[in-house]
This record gives sequence, C-alpha cells and structure tokens, in this order.
Amino acid sequence: MLHVAFLIPLFPLVGFVVLLTFGRRLGNPLAGWIGTIAVAGAFVATIITFAGLLGRPSNAREFTQSYFSWIPVGGLQVKWAVLVDPLSIFMCLFVTGVSMLIHLYSIGYMHEDRDYSKFFIYLNAFVFSMVLLVLANNLLVTFVGWEGVGVCSYWLVAFWFERDSAASAGKKAFMYNRIGDVGFLLAMFLIFSKVGSLNYLTIFSHTHLLGSATATAAVLLLFLAATGKSAQIPLFNWLPDAMEGPTPVSALIHAATMVTAGVYLLCRMNPILGLSSDGRWVIAIIGCATAFVAATIASSQHDIKKVLAFSTVSQIGYMVLAVGCGAYIAALFLMVCHAFYKGLLFLAAGSVIHGLEDEQELARMGALRKWLPWTFATFLVGWLAIAGIPPLAGFWSKGDVLANVYAKSFPLYVAGVITAFLTAYYMSRLFYLTFTGKARWQEAAGDQPAHHTPHESPWVMRIPLLVLAFCAFFGGVLDLPWTNRGLNNFLGPVFAGTLYHDNLSMTSQWVLLAIDGVIAVAGLAVAWVLWRVTASRPALTPAFLERVWYWDDFYDALIGRPGQAVARFSATVIDAKVIDGAVNGVASLVKSSSTGARRLQTGYVRNYALGIVLGLAAILVFMVSRTWWS
Amino acid sequence: MSIPGDWYLILASALFALGAFGLLVRRNVLVMFMCIELMLNAANLTFVTFSRMLGDIGGQALVFFVLVVAAAEVVVGLGIVVAIFRRRSSATADDLHILKG
Repeated sequence: MLHVAFLIPLFPLVGFVVLLTFGRRLGNPLAGWIGTIAVAGAFVATIITFAGLLGRPSNAREFTQSYFSWIPVGGLQVKWAVLVDPLSIFMCLFVTGVSMLIHLYSIGYMHEDRDYSKFFIYLNAFVFSMVLLVLANNLLVTFVGWEGVGVCSYWLVAFWFERDSAASAGKKAFMYNRIGDVGFLLAMFLIFSKVGSLNYLTIFSHTHLLGSATATAAVLLLFLAATGKSAQIPLFNWLPDAMEGPTPVSALIHAATMVTAGVYLLCRMNPILGLSSDGRWVIAIIGCATAFVAATIASSQHDIKKVLAFSTVSQIGYMVLAVGCGAYIAALFLMVCHAFYKGLLFLAAGSVIHGLEDEQELARMGALRKWLPWTFATFLVGWLAIAGIPPLAGFWSKGDVLANVYAKSFPLYVAGVITAFLTAYYMSRLFYLTFTGKARWQEAAGDQPAHHTPHESPWVMRIPLLVLAFCAFFGGVLDLPWTNRGLNNFLGPVFAGTLYHDNLSMTSQWVLLAIDGVIAVAGLAVAWVLWRVTASRPALTPAFLERVWYWDDFYDALIGRPGQAVARFSATVIDAKVIDGAVNGVASLVKSSSTGARRLQTGYVRNYALGIVLGLAAILVFMVSRTWWS
Repeated sequence: MSIPGDWYLILASALFALGAFGLLVRRNVLVMFMCIELMLNAANLTFVTFSRMLGDIGGQALVFFVLVVAAAEVVVGLGIVVAIFRRRSSATADDLHILKG
C-alpha cells in the first residue's frame, strides 16, 4: 500500500493545475469543491500510506520512492523522490486533514468573493508545497516546497491586495521569510560541502564528517531558517501582519502549513541537532523567549485575529523549546494538537467575523453566545484546549512539553509555566470579550454604526468546526502518559539516538500535570474576574505590549529608516551627481575633444596633402636612420 | 658605356619632389593633377631602375599596373574637374573647402 505515496503531492498538484486552467469557468462553488476534493484525495492517500507503514515492523518503516533525476551534475545528484517514514507521514496526516477541513470551510467563507476560484488555486498550491516540503527525501526538494510555501503565503496574505495594508503585509511576510531562507541555503551548502550529498538518509549516516563547530554552525543556520518560517524571535513580526489575509488563510498558515515547517525541519534534521548541544541550547532559549514574549503581547491585543496570531507565535515557541530540549516527539505532539485547536479557533473566529460582517475589534463584540451557538460551542472547546484544561488535547501536549523542559532545565520550565498561565489568561480574555458580557456590537461606536444581528454560518463552515472541535477535545489520546504512548512508539525510530528521555517517575509526571491544570484554571479565573464585564482596561493593555514590545519600531529604526536614508542619498546624490555626472561628463568630454579635432578638417586639399607628405617624410627619416645606425 | 643606376634614382627623386611641391603650392586642379602624374611616374621610373639593376622583371610588370591605375584615376579625376567647371568658372581646389562636413 506504500506505493500510493506519490498520490499525496499529486492530488493537490492536479487540483492546482485544473483550477489554474479552468478555475474561472468552473466558478463558484464548483471550483471550491474541486479544490477540496483534491486535498481530500491527498488525505485519503496519506491514510492508505499510513496503514501500509503500520503494516511493517517498527524498525522497517522507511521507504524511498524515486521519480526522476533532477540535477545530475558530477558529485551532486538530486532526485525528485519522497521519503516515507513515520515523521513525514505523521506530518502529512494532519497537514492534509486540517487543510481539507479549511478548504471545505472556505467554500462557505469565500462565497461572496469575486476572486473565488483564484483563492482555491492558491490554497491547493499551498498544500502541494507543504506536502512536498514534508515528503522530500533531500534538502533541495524540501527547499522547493519551502519556497513554494513562502510564495503561496505571499499570494494569500496579500489576497485582498487592493488594501494597502494587505499588500504590505504580504511583502513583509515574504521578506522575513527570505531572511530565513538564506539560513536554509547556507546550511545546505555547509552540509553538502562536508558530506557531499543532500539526501537526508546519506547525511544522517555520515554525520561523523561534520566537526562539532561545523555542526553548531549548521544547526544555527537551520534554526535561522526555522525562525523565519516558524515566526520565532527575531523574525516573528510577519505572522501577526499575515492576519490581513482571509481568515481561512490564517487558519491554514497557523494550523496546518507554513509555521509548522520550521519545527518540522528541525525535527527532520535531528541527527545534526544531536551533534551540537550549544546549538540546541540556543534553540531552547529562543523558543522559550518567543513563547513568553508573544504571550504577553497576545494578552493586550484588541483584534480577535491578532490575539490568535500571537498565541500561535507563543505556541510555536513551545514547540521550538521542546525541540531545543531534544523532546522532538513532545514538539510534534503539541504541533498536531495545536493544528487541531488553532485551526478550530481561527475558523471559529472567522465565523464570528463572518457573522458580524467583517468586524474584528474585540471592543465591538460580546454576548455572541446567543446568536452564534455553534460557533460558541466549538470555540469553547478550542479555548479550553489551548488554555490547557484537562482532559483536552492542549493539556496533555503542553504537559508533555513542560515535563521534558522541567527535566532539562528548571529556569526554562518556570518561564514555560508562566507562559502557560498567560496563555490561559489571554485566551479567556478573548473568549469572554467575544461571547459573554454586553452585546457591544449593538451600539454605535464613534463613526461606525451598530451592527445588524449576527447570523450563524452555513453548514459547510460548521462541519469543519465540529470535526476540529472533536479532534481538539480528544487529540490527547494520541500520547497519554499512562498508556503505551502510541505517538512515541510510532515516531520513536525516526529519533533513535537523539531523543531526550526525561526519565521522570510517574508521580512527578502527575505532579507536573497537576501544576499545569492548576495554572490553567488560575488563568481562566483571573481573566474571569478582570474581563467578564468590561471590555476596556487600559492599565492591563499598556502601549508597550500593544505595540509588540516596540519590535517593529526597533526594526524600523534599525533597518527601515537607515535604508530609506540610503535610498534617498542614492536618489539625490549618487544618481544625480555621480551617475548623471559620469554620463554627462563622457558626453561633454567627447564634445570638447571633437570640437578640437574638427579644426583638422579644413576642406583644403593642400593641407591634407601636406599631412601626407610630412608623414611620408617621417617614414623616410625613420627608415633611413635605421639603415644608418644598424 | 651605360649610365649608372644612381642617376636614374636621383632623377626619380627630383621628379617626385617636384610633383609633391607642386601639389602643395598650386591651386589649379589641373596642375595639381599633373603633379600627381609626375609623382606616379617618378615611382615608375624607380621601379624600372631597380628592375634593371636587380635583373628582376617584376618591377617592370608592376609599372603596367601603376599605369592602368593611373589611367583609371585620371578618368575619375577629370570627371570631377569637368563637374567643377560646370558649376564655376575657375577650377581652384580651395574653392571646394565648403564641401567639408
């Protein structure tokens, strides 16, 4: 059953090509259904491959399917090939599954958009790129998918490009990603120069060729790539701006594709990460810092999608922290649970925005529980899951990460727990402001009139919410601590030798889980006291946090303004003086020299003849003198 | 007794210098033409002289080429002279300096 693996990327690719060719003619909603079916096909193919993989003994679940040679140049042999192993199939399962639901949801969400079919073209290309990234058996094909994901995110974030903010958000996402891509390329060059191959399996069996300094450099470069794609400090600013795209895009970027790519890359390269303890410490510390910083920012944002965006940054920070500790499986466990509940939260937020006719300000929501019952119920599940309330998915997965971090480093654990408290707090704030309290959307605010009565979304939008809510509720069963840990057993062979074992006793694990639960409830309670009634507490949303720790202003001052100054200097001085000066200087030089040379042409034949005679005389003198002196 | 080759060469140089000098100082196109012919024939004389001195027929053969080219040149040159005479009464080379670019 493994030979169907080629269908996983092929389905979205075919969907992309069909929609690109006939999309406009297929129109609304047929184009959307075709896009959804393409991704559903990929999901089914993934399940079949997964079943085939399970049919093999656990140490033989690795399988390469090669299609054709791409770059056969001397020592560099790159093939289009997929590597089917537990890690790639695990990623594919939730990438295609969640993407399928998001496609379905988009059929309803985008039904009024005039570029309906174009949206699904991009979505299918996005899923294709992501699947390619995950399945590739070498770094270069992964890089193709990596870049494909980047360009698709650019198209989708800037989907409503008539708005200036959307267009510049797309550019911002692209530029930040490019910075990360430089890291990816350099890491690839470095590894190739030492190992002489880009194939994952070859690299992993030749890790002894990398010295410790080289390994650290490679790990840091790979991590730079991951910070770009997975929105970590210092390259996280693009992700909140990516909220300018349609909400399903936000769900797709945050839950299933794109931001998980960086964490996936680090997990995939775990044998290299295993060589550099310093590199892993950097990863762990940056992940922890990102989780904390983003959580503080999320607790003071006023836009429903911005809160969710920073919460994604924070959650990915947890994953990176886990990777830095060597707890790859905990990171992947959190990744899949995050895909469920963050996909759910974004889609539910989209449903709210849809119901209120594109209102995103929390200050203009409230009491929506009565009008949007389905959205309310599913959002409730997502909220409790991300807040870490037992027994939902977020509790187990975050608990797994924190237990590993506890065993590795106590300071990082404390920061992680504080972040967990903040997570529960800001998500509860978001929930109360949206669904409880007064119905603030009924009042006119400033120059904006009151909203109409909100309407619940159609069933194509509700079904994905229900499925994701189910997954977000029960996602924890993948890897419960007292069971035989299905996810650990399945993914274990991929990380053999590099996985960190916390070796905690069952008692201490339960104590840690209890702490997590108490922290989560405390977060809920604090938010309940503070935000249940009022929607405005300026003291709790200081400008420092509203402005994202002045991070954008810092980059603006550090890079933006000097860059503009250089550009202005180039325009007014270098272009006007140096370049124009050189061009005009050449012209006037030619003009003045030719004015002089023109005097030689008199028109008098005798002058020319004199020249000839003098030349002749000179030649004669020369020749005669040579004869005499030699 | 035969005249030494040096004398021919001296005569040829004198003729050539005469022609070159004439070309520089005279204004009349026809006279300038004759000066050019003088220079060409001075060259011819040199060719023939060396041909005889070195016993090589090649120099004499070359003279025929020079004569042919000179004849062709005269045809073109006289054509230009006629054209000039049609436009103006005299044939002064300096008058044509207005043709310069």
